[in-house]
Amino acid sequence: MTTEATARTVPYKEKKPFDYDPYLRQGKLPHIWCAGCGHGIVLKSLLRAIDALGWKNDDISMVSGIGCSSRTPGYVDFNTMHTLHGRAFAFATGVKFANPKLNVIVTTGDGDALAIGGNHFIHAARRNMDMTILVYNNYIYGMTSGQGSPTMPEGAVSTTSRFGSIEPPFDTCELAKTAGATFVARGTAFHAQELEKTLYEALKHKGTSVVDILDSCPTYYGRFNKHKNVSEMMKSIEKDGTISVAQAAKLPPEKTEGKIVRGILHRAERLEYCDGYQNLLDRVQNK
Amino acid sequence: MSTAKVAKQTATGLTGNSAVAYAMMQINPDVCGAYPITPSTTVIEEFSSYVADGRVDTGLITVESEHSAMSACIGAASAGARAMSATSSQGLALMWEMLYIASGMRLPIVLCDVNRALSAPINIHCDHSDTMGARDSGWIQLYSETVQEAYDNMIQAVRIAEDKRVQLPIMVCLDGFITSHSIENIELLDDESVQDFVGEYKPERSLLDVDNPLTLGATALQDSYMPLKHQQSNAMKASKEVVIEIGKEFGEVSGRSYGLLEEYDLDDAEVAIVVLSSSAGTVKDAVDKLRAEGKKVGVLRPRLFRPFPHKEIAKALSGKKAVCVLDRADSMDGFGGPLFKDIRAALYADDNRPKIIGRVFGLGGADFNVDNALDVIGETIKLAAGEDVELFRYIGEGQNAQTIAGC
Ligand SMILES: Cc1ncc(C[n+]2csc(CCOP(=O)(O)OP(=O)(O)O)c2C)c(N)n1
Repeated sequence: MTTEATARTVPYKEKKPFDYDPYLRQGKLPHIWCAGCGHGIVLKSLLRAIDALGWKNDDISMVSGIGCSSRTPGYVDFNTMHTLHGRAFAFATGVKFANPKLNVIVTTGDGDALAIGGNHFIHAARRNMDMTILVYNNYIYGMTSGQGSPTMPEGAVSTTSRFGSIEPPFDTCELAKTAGATFVARGTAFHAQELEKTLYEALKHKGTSVVDILDSCPTYYGRFNKHKNVSEMMKSIEKDGTISVAQAAKLPPEKTEGKIVRGILHRAERLEYCDGYQNLLDRVQNK
Repeated sequence: MSTAKVAKQTATGLTGNSAVAYAMMQINPDVCGAYPITPSTTVIEEFSSYVADGRVDTGLITVESEHSAMSACIGAASAGARAMSATSSQGLALMWEMLYIASGMRLPIVLCDVNRALSAPINIHCDHSDTMGARDSGWIQLYSETVQEAYDNMIQAVRIAEDKRVQLPIMVCLDGFITSHSIENIELLDDESVQDFVGEYKPERSLLDVDNPLTLGATALQDSYMPLKHQQSNAMKASKEVVIEIGKEFGEVSGRSYGLLEEYDLDDAEVAIVVLSSSAGTVKDAVDKLRAEGKKVGVLRPRLFRPFPHKEIAKALSGKKAVCVLDRADSMDGFGGPLFKDIRAALYADDNRPKIIGRVFGLGGADFNVDNALDVIGETIKLAAGEDVELFRYIGEGQNAQTIAGC
């Protein structure tokens, strides 16, 4: 609602450590996330981006489904709703439609968004209602102990693919773009400052913004796929496995092969749903 | 319980979920469609290791939701396969639309439901709201008190569902965490005896039987919908006898026979408590204490809830002075839990009907211990003595209630 952007730079680089407290429900901490889980890094990047936008807590509504990632709304002092596995987009659609002035953020997991909630995901993207969707993508169902998700790479081991997955994964960004999302980006928990910048842009964008965030589940994905420790896992998947849009543009195709591209991948201007609805009302009511 | 054991058995300690997975391994279904949810997740997780180790030749499909899991089971069962799944809570809620398809198409699917509370608010612990919500869906429902019974019920469920007189889907329910995650001593049949008991599945009709083409689920309007529902209703009614037969036959193989109800110290009891599943164990402990003091109290534990054994229940409770029905779910209609109302209705025509009250307990895993059971029995004894006792209320709530807005 309010966007009195702070004077500071994005990402946050002040001397004084960033104060997260005004955004958190202290009584709900400590969080449930395992040591080494990337979800907390994502949350911190998000809070810094929100701070940079100058949004007030009461002007934000955060909606989630079910999963470790979907626990995020419990920890933030916004208007929050923790709903059903896969249905966050549908609930968020109702929230936004009832009160278009709210800044609506959906935090979801790869399983929540793309398996059980795949249908709602594409329709949210198609409708282009103003909301920002953060897909905490750890390639696995963390909360239910490590079943493979639709973003799990081929060959990856999970409790449901003991000998390696034979299913091709979804590319969250391609899917979002094809379905009609007007802002599509990718970040990683490893590149926390870059993620803050990406999220800042995503939140500012009017329309459906989807940010696919590569993030680690050392407890299940890491263990099953023989990652020695969290830092090795983050390094091999998030750091060495990805490349920024700018780097990708400079390099010959053979050098970028197999790398996942980070940054803002797609941006389009299209009528936002609530605005479109208002136009319709104006037209049929002959205003 | 008869004592003649025909089959070789191994005594071991297993959790409820491990025991269910083990039964599934021994049954070796053709297809299993699954999606994980606490607290049933480890059923399929363990079963998937049997698949991976080649101990079964089941096609295990890990789909993208329970909606799809049950749909896959329906597809498989229509094609003539023996199909199974396991779920809990929201998973069962998401299957709701398909539950009616499965029963309407008369497909003998076996579903293990590890009972868990329904959202909102989110809670992963035990109550029966999930399966009680499906009580009118045309599925047979068996509630298991122990790990042993969950294992035994899974094996019997296959036979009950597939019986020619029945051909209906069946749910085997066990209490989330309390039974699903607790290790109990259990006796396991050998694989061969289970295979002999369940036999080969020869469907009456199947989509793969190209010589006898058929259509399933087609439109049936005013002239034909009702007769089909009537057949379904008759099959449900008939299944009661089949549950009795199979329970006896299972006893001949295992030494553990089952009926529709379990009666504990009920014969000469003046006061009875009715309760499903694991909490019956708690109430039995309370009854033991009171019996030692000479109080005439007993327990009735329905094992079969759908179809509802109304005659047998009325017979078991007829002549008692007072009865309290404990429900681990509320119908949210201001009139009590589903078991309470069904039992009250079953007793209506009985000339010697007892006074009856209903209590809702243990929602979302709220503790129900022997002291709670003693309190309830105490109240029912007062009712028997002619005191005024509230018809329906909650007992043993947690102390930490927040307002809905409190989050
Ligand atoms: C209808 C329904 N089915 C299944 C579940 C169980 N469940 C809870 S979280 C989850 C998967 C979460 O995975 P993901 O969305 O990738 O999030 P993560 O935990 O990895 O952050 C599942 C299957 C549920 N809550 N509701």
